Amino acid sequence: MSNITNEGLVLAFSALGAGIAMIAGLGPGIGQGRAAAAGAEAVGRNPGARGDITATMLLGQAVAETTGLYSLVIALILIFANPLVGKL
Amino acid sequence: MGGVLGIVAAKDPDFMIKSLLKLNVLGQEVYLTTTHVSLLIICTFLIVFAVIVRSKLKDTDGKPGALQNVAELIVEMLDGMVSSSMGKKGNPYRNYMGTLFIFLLISNLSGLLGLRPPTADYGVTLGLGLITFFIVQTNNIRYNKLGAFTDLFKPLPFLFPINFIGEIATPISLSLRLFGNVLAGTVIMALIYGLLSSIAFLWPGVLHVYFDIFSGAIQAYVFCMLTMVFVGNKIPDKE
Repeated sequence: MSNITNEGLVLAFSALGAGIAMIAGLGPGIGQGRAAAAGAEAVGRNPGARGDITATMLLGQAVAETTGLYSLVIALILIFANPLVGKL
Repeated sequence: MGGVLGIVAAKDPDFMIKSLLKLNVLGQEVYLTTTHVSLLIICTFLIVFAVIVRSKLKDTDGKPGALQNVAELIVEMLDGMVSSSMGKKGNPYRNYMGTLFIFLLISNLSGLLGLRPPTADYGVTLGLGLITFFIVQTNNIRYNKLGAFTDLFKPLPFLFPINFIGEIATPISLSLRLFGNVLAGTVIMALIYGLLSSIAFLWPGVLHVYFDIFSGAIQAYVFCMLTMVFVGNKIPDKE
């Protein structure tokens, strides 16, 4: 166990952190699913307004996706542009 | 990079911005990167297209050609997009929104042609987000006068920090949304071509359809739509 370098430790935990950060993908998944369900329901109720409903649904889904993308950016920073290694 | 990922790859996944030329401007190191090259190619393409369409529009021999019809269709579609979300008050913003949408669409689709999409560089999307921010705040001050500042203290004075952060977060969330989506597509495609290069034959085309065409078009639309909503919120309805 003594041959673990400081840098190796930081990189290992950064990789773990990147994986844990992506758990945030759960939230947007549920949110987008709910939006799609509501959209399908709305189209079923009023098939004439299909275009408007689809546009509104996609807009809402794209906004809901933002939190997931924040976690993606954090994960990418941890893997490819790690700020912690420089602090050793 | 491959060492950090710890994966034995046939070819290192490659999606970083590369510097092509290092310049020294006023004691500051400035890099010319692949983003600049992609931007130049896209801008040249759009300008050439515009010049050709303009010359077609000018020679009026009675009947419109195919190119003129396509150009009129595009312009009508973009104008319809603006007026459907902003109404009459959106008329001054038709030019900017149309330009923004076409630019973002071509930028996001440029990944298909082997370019690195310029929107996968945070510098580009933050710039676009800041333009939106300045349009929003200019309209806020122009129409609401002093109300632009007193609105920050509504409904309760101690909510000022939250309202202030809400205003500041607009360009950041706008730009990060576009950047994250396009970068995610670029990274996934680079990983597939880098790590699975021995079996990456034909089937990545399906992923290109989703990550480049579908996601790119949706994000261009969403960016323009949110810009229009933010700007429209600050302009009061007349009559």
